[in-house]
Amino acid sequence: MNKIWLIMKREFLTRVQKRSFLIATILIPLIFPLIMGITVYFSSEQKRHAEKKEIQYVDESGLFVPDTSVFRFKPFPGNFSQARLLLDADSNAVGTLLHIPKLDVMRPAGITLYGKTNLSPSDIASLEQMLEDRIRDVKMKQLKVDQKLLDELKTDVSIEAITVTEGGHEEASDSTILFGMGMACGILMYMFIFIYGAQIMQGVIEEKSSKVVEIIVSSVRPFQLMMGKILGLASVGLLQFLIWIILITVVSTTLLTYFGVSMPQQQMLEEVGRQYPDTAAAQNYAVASFMKIWDQIPLTYVILNFLFYFLGGYLLYGALFAAVGAAVDSPAEAQQFMFPITIPMLIAYLSLFAFVLEDHDSAISVWLSIIPFTAPITMIGRLGFGVPWWQLLLSQGLLILGFIFTTWAAGRIYRIGILMHGAKVNYRVLLKWFLMRN
Amino acid sequence: MEALIAHEVTKRYSQHLALDRVSLAIPAQTIFGLLGPNGAGKTTLIRIINQIIQADEGTITLFGERLQEKHIGTIGYLPEERGLYKKMRVGEQLIYFAQLKGLSRQEAVARSKAWITKFEIKEWWNKKVEDLSKGMAQKVQFISTVMHEPRLIILDEPFSGFDPINAQLITKEILELKEKGCTIIFSTHRMETVEDLCDHIALIDKSKKILEGSKRQVKETYRTHTYTVEHRGAFDLDAAKYRLIQQRIVEDNFYKSVIAVNDNSGPNQLLRDLIPVTEVHSFIEKIPTMSEIFITLVKGGNHE
Repeated sequence: MNKIWLIMKREFLTRVQKRSFLIATILIPLIFPLIMGITVYFSSEQKRHAEKKEIQYVDESGLFVPDTSVFRFKPFPGNFSQARLLLDADSNAVGTLLHIPKLDVMRPAGITLYGKTNLSPSDIASLEQMLEDRIRDVKMKQLKVDQKLLDELKTDVSIEAITVTEGGHEEASDSTILFGMGMACGILMYMFIFIYGAQIMQGVIEEKSSKVVEIIVSSVRPFQLMMGKILGLASVGLLQFLIWIILITVVSTTLLTYFGVSMPQQQMLEEVGRQYPDTAAAQNYAVASFMKIWDQIPLTYVILNFLFYFLGGYLLYGALFAAVGAAVDSPAEAQQFMFPITIPMLIAYLSLFAFVLEDHDSAISVWLSIIPFTAPITMIGRLGFGVPWWQLLLSQGLLILGFIFTTWAAGRIYRIGILMHGAKVNYRVLLKWFLMRN
Repeated sequence: MEALIAHEVTKRYSQHLALDRVSLAIPAQTIFGLLGPNGAGKTTLIRIINQIIQADEGTITLFGERLQEKHIGTIGYLPEERGLYKKMRVGEQLIYFAQLKGLSRQEAVARSKAWITKFEIKEWWNKKVEDLSKGMAQKVQFISTVMHEPRLIILDEPFSGFDPINAQLITKEILELKEKGCTIIFSTHRMETVEDLCDHIALIDKSKKILEGSKRQVKETYRTHTYTVEHRGAFDLDAAKYRLIQQRIVEDNFYKSVIAVNDNSGPNQLLRDLIPVTEVHSFIEKIPTMSEIFITLVKGGNHE
């Protein structure tokens, strides 16, 4: 035990003292918001400055009222057959041409867009929306619905979803926020496990190729060396995570204070509401509900579970990474054994995006979050939506059993692998090592 | 008292037998040469003694006790493939290895400082290993092998990578350690090292021990009863008793002859027979070198 501690301490200290650790630990929490900010800034700038696309139109129905918020509309000087002639001669001559023939508003058909298809699907969708709105208005008028009634019919509905928790409390929830949180946690988990797992592997390969391992295993059991390494790196990960939480808290608090918005959200909203009573009402409501939900996410619960699943997932995969490192002589050779490790991680990662967040209570989502190999990523994604306690317990229990199993199995490969140099290793050889007596 | 006794040690790998019922007795406070061609099983035996792997059958007894975990601190091991953490500083590294062998941190610091002073490499304390030359790293490695004052030191090709000056330094250290009571096992191919330093040897070939004993005994066993004589005046000897392998003229009437004694009657009888027929200027028994014995035995191959 004492020796595992010594090895762990060495791993921890040598890594923490590296400049790269310091840089990563300090910069990442700053870089992430920065990149996000820059992206948002540029995309909104681009939208604002983007030139509206020009569409020429021939309206034979006489119904069309161009809405210029999205496109630049220009009536085509002439009738449709002239436009067709021009188009047939040279497809570039007209650009994009919208043709609205004489139509029956009850059965509108024949509206066509000509020209080089440089309109995106969302452009076409907004064009369709524009026409549908217009035709609906015309229909309403034909059905003698007056304009005042029409205006009153327009309502903005925003549904407030209420999660009924087991205690019977009602909590407002907004799946968008939970969705985002689940996604962020899943990505973070995936990256964490991969980055730290790869570091274990690299460390093992280094010890093996520098031949220092023979000296060490003459003093400690190979299993102790492996455990010391895995635990040492785990403590580095935890330290880094802790620093990030503290840094993010400090930075965001400082920023909020700097911008003078440190007051309680409710009060702030009331103030805003007083200043802009009309326009901001709807927006205020959205912001308020966001804040309400944010406050209701049990952050401690999420963070504690994140730590548990990080540790569990890391230990589960870390041992496997260590075994791969022991089996090979160089990182390049490790590639062939990475496949079976990467697959379950990728499955978990991709299903998180494909359906787990969307459909967090479906059977497959539940099972993925219970199977130890996929649980760390999928369960953390589901967490915000509320997970029955028995599922959480089962998942965590299995994860603990899972990492005990992989550590044991990896240890058997590790003990032989670290002493083998220049051996040609494939899966059969690994199995042989696994079965080999000490 | 025996420092180490191996009894019928067998190690099987799936494809081949690495050690086949190998028994050895290594007397305390001697330098013991463990010889054998590559792949004979030396490293396997050394790893078993170091408890890196376990024997399938047989026992190892260390200073009268069955080999067990607590003996890790009793043994110092310098593997053939040297290795240190490249990015770690010399001082930290020495302390770390000593602690792994069971020393307290305080003690590890004190001893590693003493050793680097002794080896006159104090200024390396804060250097990273990757900045050292190969010879320097070897010195650090040697210190880490002996720093925890092991009673049994196992050195696998200890002189590879050392220049003559450093090799001499290490030799001096090894002899000093022996004087202090350490038992040293040398695993080597360098026969001159064996010739100079070893008291006892064992030869392992094809997983089996084929020879063991003190250097004197071994040489006695493989003695060819052949003598080199320098003399004035040619001669002939009784062909029944002696075989004149070679008689070569050096200059004028001076000769150098190699004579084999057929009936093992010994050097004195040969001298007696020579004096009447020639003027003896020098007389020396041709003792086989370790290298010759090694080659004869390994090439002979048939040791059943």
